[in-house]
Amino acid sequence: MVEIFKGGIPVIPTLERWYEEFKFEGYGAMIPFIGIVRAENGIDGLSFDLYLPMLNEWFKKWANLPDVKIMMAHSFGDVKVGESSFLCAVFTKHRKEGFKYLEEFVEDFKANAPIWKYDLKEGKRIFVKERAKKLPNAGILSKGE
Amino acid sequence: MVRVEFLGPIEKEPMEVDVKNLKELKELLNKNEEMSKWLKECAVAVNDKIVSSLDVELKDGDKVVILPPVCGG
Repeated sequence: MVEIFKGGIPVIPTLERWYEEFKFEGYGAMIPFIGIVRAENGIDGLSFDLYLPMLNEWFKKWANLPDVKIMMAHSFGDVKVGESSFLCAVFTKHRKEGFKYLEEFVEDFKANAPIWKYDLKEGKRIFVKERAKKLPNAGILSKGE
Repeated sequence: MVRVEFLGPIEKEPMEVDVKNLKELKELLNKNEEMSKWLKECAVAVNDKIVSSLDVELKDGDKVVILPPVCGG
């Protein structure tokens, strides 16, 4: 299951909890990735909608691999500049396969996780379509298809 | 009745509609011009599974979700 937080993720306590949970499980590498909301385009932060049933379904294929343990947390609602909205950690026996898994996992996450991000400006949410990616078979209900 | 939910930025309340398959739903939703624009970009899931064909029958209690382009992280 993806861990969900309202607002910014408590980064260090979450990473510490994951570390404590898996430190005796035979993994020689824990590779964390901390996504930070950066100050740009005059935003106060970002805001997120999630669709949990399909987010958890998407995550299942990453949660049940034999040679890696992947933990993930994501925010919903408003997340301020400097806070984290996406946190994950990859546990593997050695670091090399861990870095590979991290890259593949984050790429798949960006392309397929049912999450929508908005810029936050003066309390308003603005969806920026240009940075979003169409899901598989997008447009199937369109007139022209 | 089939429940249709519009996710993320679409900003439309869920609907309960009487349709027998995805083709009928396509006809119905495209009557709304604003929705028609969204549908060009959106994927569609029936009971939380993304569909790849319109040849899907719908029955009472099914849930269809309309998923705009995603952007997590």
